[in-house]
Amino acid sequence: MKIHTPLTDDVVASLRAGQKVLISGTIYVARDAAHKRIVEAMGAGAPLPLELQGQIIYYMGPAPAKPGQPIGSAGPTTSYRMDPYTPRLLAAGLKGMIGKGNRSQAVKDAIRQYRAVYFASTGGAGALIAKSVKKAEVIAYEDLGAEALWKLEVEDFPATVINDIYGGDAYEDGVRQYAIPD
Amino acid sequence: MREIHYNTIVEAVERLCMESNYFLGDDVLQSVQKALEHEESPTGREILQEILENARIAREDEMPLCQDCGYTVVFADIGQDVHIVGGDFNEAIAEGTRRGYIKGYLRKSVVAHPYSSRINTKDNTPPVIHVRIAPGDKLRLTVAPKGGGSENMSALGMLKPADGREGVIKFVVETVRKAGANPCPPIIVGVGIGGTAEQAMLLAKRSLLREVGQPSENPEDAALEADILTRVNKLGIGPQGLGGRTTALAVHVLSQPCHIASLPVAVNIQCHSARHKEIVL
Repeated sequence: MKIHTPLTDDVVASLRAGQKVLISGTIYVARDAAHKRIVEAMGAGAPLPLELQGQIIYYMGPAPAKPGQPIGSAGPTTSYRMDPYTPRLLAAGLKGMIGKGNRSQAVKDAIRQYRAVYFASTGGAGALIAKSVKKAEVIAYEDLGAEALWKLEVEDFPATVINDIYGGDAYEDGVRQYAIPD
Repeated sequence: MREIHYNTIVEAVERLCMESNYFLGDDVLQSVQKALEHEESPTGREILQEILENARIAREDEMPLCQDCGYTVVFADIGQDVHIVGGDFNEAIAEGTRRGYIKGYLRKSVVAHPYSSRINTKDNTPPVIHVRIAPGDKLRLTVAPKGGGSENMSALGMLKPADGREGVIKFVVETVRKAGANPCPPIIVGVGIGGTAEQAMLLAKRSLLREVGQPSENPEDAALEADILTRVNKLGIGPQGLGGRTTALAVHVLSQPCHIASLPVAVNIQCHSARHKEIVL
């Protein structure tokens, strides 16, 4: 299924754990250090360097772009490190996250409460994923180097729905289906 | 006494940093290809194909396999008849790392202080260097960039001798189960058994330098590797944690003597982007 950003409630409600999507439009990129700064700014009531309403944040820190390329390798980083910040961002209107790996129960609960979605893309496939990034610019926190805040234009960015608003969890489903008891 | 110049080491490390990040080893590629033949999950097969496609793009475009170009870990076996001239050995490794990561468009993923300011050093230094003195007049350098996602899933268990072989298996399998989708499965499980706490972890890390799936030369360790691999792949975690038969491509064990009171077991998990390149100078 093809989806576009910003995400509407109808689109989010249509997504189910395990479903594959191709995402197009603007997405933001933030990982550990940028999350810390965003949430600190929210706490201080300072203006934020990104929109949150209906938006997707991609947990990623790209490799530098070679000349003529919009970006270097650009695969997901492990998501659980952003868990302490995530419910706050979802409460402020964030609708989607792209990363890899399991989320905390608090994040899964917030995904249901605020009607959002957690996607995974293939970890370690950064060279392949970079092909779906058409434009990339640093919009804040440049001093963080690899952890700066980016804005990307993506086209048919491949991802899988992991956690949906109905409590579905594609990781749990996968293990349930394939585990062999001792 | 054979002399090896500082500049030779700098240039070697620079090249190894780039090559290890661009070119996935044939052993890993063959292992993924083999997993593809046995994987029952359609999603799992798709992911394994993506991994092969990603390696092809990285090789052809000379771009890093993964945006996480790793913490630069360097293993150096220095012949006792080698004399390093022209500068400081550790600085040569650091300078090679610096040049490799800057020239090679590799991501700089090191922060200067771990728990306070966390300011990026912007050149991926300092590297971690493990030195051994070896017989002869050669210098063997292995650069093994290690991604944070898989490294974070490492675990150390100081087991009781009574826990024995089954205790070792349980600890390793439980570590992999808890890691779940986080370390980018399919993984290679590095296991170090024996020695002391820090030595066990170094053994686990060093075991990852072996060709993927090549059994240990020690028959008992080889049998343990096979048993752990079977158990790990029964977990059903599968490629990227979305379910399947291929949670691990291989388990590598290195063991050594230990204290009468101890049974140290260290697990160092390697993602499928199992990068290491070596040179003998």
